[in-house]
Amino acid sequence: MELALKLASIFFTMILVDNYVLAKFLGICPFLGVSKKLDSAVGMSLAVTFVMVMATAATWPIYKFILVPEGAEGTARDLGYLQTIVFILIIAILVQLLENILKKYIPALYKSLGVYLPLITTNCTILGVTILNLDNNYSFIESIVCSAGAGIGFLVAMVLFSGVRRKVEDAQPPKCFEGLPITLVAAAMTSLSFMGFGGIVEAIFGV
Amino acid sequence: MNPILLAIIIVTVIGLIGAVILVAASIVMYVPVDERVEKITEVLPGANCGACGCAGCADYAKCVVEDGVPVNKCVPGGAAAAQAVAAIMGVEAGASTPMKAVVRCSGTCDKTSKKYEFEGIHSCQSVKGLYGGDGACAFGCLGYGDCVQACAFDAIHVSDLGVALVDRAKCTGCGACAAVCPNTIIEIVPEHKRKPVILCQNQDKGGQTRKVCTAGCIGCGKCAKACPKGAITVENNLAHIDQSLCVGCQLCVKECPVGVIHIPAQM
Repeated sequence: MELALKLASIFFTMILVDNYVLAKFLGICPFLGVSKKLDSAVGMSLAVTFVMVMATAATWPIYKFILVPEGAEGTARDLGYLQTIVFILIIAILVQLLENILKKYIPALYKSLGVYLPLITTNCTILGVTILNLDNNYSFIESIVCSAGAGIGFLVAMVLFSGVRRKVEDAQPPKCFEGLPITLVAAAMTSLSFMGFGGIVEAIFGV
Repeated sequence: MNPILLAIIIVTVIGLIGAVILVAASIVMYVPVDERVEKITEVLPGANCGACGCAGCADYAKCVVEDGVPVNKCVPGGAAAAQAVAAIMGVEAGASTPMKAVVRCSGTCDKTSKKYEFEGIHSCQSVKGLYGGDGACAFGCLGYGDCVQACAFDAIHVSDLGVALVDRAKCTGCGACAAVCPNTIIEIVPEHKRKPVILCQNQDKGGQTRKVCTAGCIGCGKCAKACPKGAITVENNLAHIDQSLCVGCQLCVKECPVGVIHIPAQM
């Protein structure tokens, strides 16, 4: 029961309070790039969620058993410094694999994601999630739940923002604000609105 | 074991395993690509100018094969490319009129003057941001050469007289220059030996136009009256020739009191 509570708390914290896009400002490129249309925003978020969970499932054991095995911390055997390069390598492989799978089985989604799918490779949210999971000393299960939460949080941010963006497209801001500037201002306001969720998860789950 | 050696081994092994997985995946999940896409990409000019409405030449090839986009959309490639693409696709090419860019400004420095001396980033875009440009005429060519930068074919240059000039032999009509011009004075018109174009964009009233430029269109409407086909309209103190109605009789050229109507092909 306690574990379930903790997992739920991590999951909802990642979605509402520590939202990677709106609170940690990671993954801004797809956030601004693909949020124009709702369906491609959802597709991109699902792809990111999938890669995030897969990347965590692959990087957690590699870090804990190969790079820094039990008791190796601080000794010469501590290869923690390899984490960035190894994680990037693994994420790149996963994205490439996902691209192959989509191309073969879901060509429509592959087409609508276009250039953004390869961009997941260099998407900082994915690397951010895998590294922060380890920094927070999460167990394997907790890491997976945390990544899924981060992915869903990304989805929520993208869907909300694609709605905001449709309003912004219709608005007529001053000429100097047209296009990206007003989008960034709108993004900042969306981000501010998520400040309102501060403390909600602790209050509900009491963790 | 030496930790550095171990680090090298770990990264190499992970890389190798990844490579094996990816190679296996690309074989198992091989998607046949239509070979016509590659062939079409080869016959296109490869300028990636985007005049066809697609994101580059390779994308256009894909659109032609998969979505049935017409084969004569490539402006730089013109009729030759349309023929080649049509041959690959096994369809008729259809007509493809070559298009050329025309700079619609006659305001060379002997005819107009500067409002102020601009010292800053050498670009039309930045000078335009400062009181609408340094030219006395707010509609004319700024002459800082944003179009020169945009041209992939080295077909447009700023003359010594401060107005951009199109090299018609090199121009492919892709429209890259027209897209970057902050005053939108560059127009892409169908190539024709005799049809004239009004080389001015000034929409001020005649008197005001005369004050800033001796070569500007004053909107007197003499050309519109002279035109036997009704191809010329005067709107906002500026005459405009509808190229689809014009027959190339050139009566308007003779009639124009400021001599702002020119035939691009004879410039």
